[in-house]
Amino acid sequence: MSVQFNTQNILRRDVLALAGTGVVAVSSIGLFAGDAMADPAAVAKAIKDRIGGKKSMAGNITLELPQIAENGNTVPIAVEVESPMSSSDYVKAVHIYAEGNPAPDVATFRFTPDSGRARVSTRMRMIKSQNIVAVAEMSNGKVHMVKNAVKVTIGGCGG
Amino acid sequence: MAKARVKAPKSVKKGEVFEVKTLISHKMETGLRKNKKTGKKIPRKIINKFSVTYGGKEVFGSDWHPAVSANPYVSFFVKASASGPMKFQWTEDSGAVTEKTVNIKVT
Amino acid sequence: MKNHFQGILMGAVVVGLSGFASIASSAEMTYKVGDRSSGYTYATKETQGIQDDDIANPAYVYVDDGEALWSKVDGKAGKSCASCHAVDSAMLSDVGTRYPVYNAKLGKLQSLEQKINQEREEKMVAKPYKWESGSMLAMTIYMRNQSKGKPMNVSIDGPVIPFFEAGKKFYDQKRGQLDMSCANCHVDNAGNRIRANLLTEGQSNGFPTYRLKWQKPGSIHRRFRGCNKQVRATPYGYGSDEYVNLELYVAWRGRGLSVETPAVRN
Repeated sequence: MSVQFNTQNILRRDVLALAGTGVVAVSSIGLFAGDAMADPAAVAKAIKDRIGGKKSMAGNITLELPQIAENGNTVPIAVEVESPMSSSDYVKAVHIYAEGNPAPDVATFRFTPDSGRARVSTRMRMIKSQNIVAVAEMSNGKVHMVKNAVKVTIGGCGG
Repeated sequence: MAKARVKAPKSVKKGEVFEVKTLISHKMETGLRKNKKTGKKIPRKIINKFSVTYGGKEVFGSDWHPAVSANPYVSFFVKASASGPMKFQWTEDSGAVTEKTVNIKVT
Repeated sequence: MKNHFQGILMGAVVVGLSGFASIASSAEMTYKVGDRSSGYTYATKETQGIQDDDIANPAYVYVDDGEALWSKVDGKAGKSCASCHAVDSAMLSDVGTRYPVYNAKLGKLQSLEQKINQEREEKMVAKPYKWESGSMLAMTIYMRNQSKGKPMNVSIDGPVIPFFEAGKKFYDQKRGQLDMSCANCHVDNAGNRIRANLLTEGQSNGFPTYRLKWQKPGSIHRRFRGCNKQVRATPYGYGSDEYVNLELYVAWRGRGLSVETPAVRN
């Protein structure tokens, strides 16, 4: 016997919650009222503190992230920077930032010419839908940057 | 010491760039959660540093913040130079260190 | 109240999804058989990737731990599991496909956890493991992982018939303030969404499973308790007759699907 669903009984807030864009996922992190959240400006400042006044360029760096996270507490992320990885031209470090998390920093990865390939995979926490920024510092002083958006949804009936 | 697992190829050719995969079991307590019963903040306790040495020097290093997921997984690449140990070190906020070593055979 | 909550179970909710990674089978695994599909087929490809890589899959630490426990001497009899059960035994190779199993001496259905504790107490004279303890999870994950790839194949004949029937009755019975049965979600609405969660068939072939929500592996009884709490029903105890019977019925629902222990699910 199947359950009949009366869609007229769905409350407005449920429809809005399901609207897709801008869905706020309140994870089990349990923030306090008044906790400051990172925002694009906080990330921009963190990046400036790291790379100084250098101008960052697009290109040469790719971020792999899901369009929609299965669960915001474990989002697989991979970064790759194109580089010969020779002793004279290699990726020194990649920094990952989150524009919508309680704090902007996620991780820093340091490479050497012995890395052979500037690619790293890991998993990160996202408290809500937001942009993730990756910044690569090259040995020759150049900086590359890329930004991806990831949707994080409310759960439902996790059990 | 926390439990860690590491995978690297059994043998590689000199100059070959190979992938290394690592995982450590750790809650990565962010410091933002509250104890549901007492209402008190659960203090932060994460692994904040992961370092890999090979051929006598650090070939890969990283700094982690609370936004790194629980049971952190990291995969990265290394260029094969000489046969020898590859040492992995995870350092917790408390200073506690977990270490693991694998032997890389280079032909 | 009832209609409101049931109204949350919407059919076509537009969330802008990319297609689900849906795989019938790979070289060794059967994720779909007949009209039955593993929870694997409902997971995103990223989550499938975590399950399929035994370094990325955090539950493999428990496989290692279980393997170590297998040969660890424990209890007053000075034995380990390995003292009686060789690692390459037929028992170990298909244990994950068969449990829960009827115990003729006790005259009842036994889950793997209960069998482990019975052996510990009787043969090893060792303390039983708590159901959701690290040790019990390590043992059941290690043991069931030995059957990985093999088709689920619980017996529902002969002496287990009354337990199977009891499990089936539980599955179809509405309970809780929300007045819902397992079937309401996992039969009537598999593939639909409850808010932003995608409902699966609620198969057990990957258990104990690493749930992203738990950030650790957990038993099927833990999952049953969670599901019952979610419909605002008082959950039964770990190892209760109700849940062991239900476990048999749910395992039968997954007949033919490969054992995936330890799976990774949301």
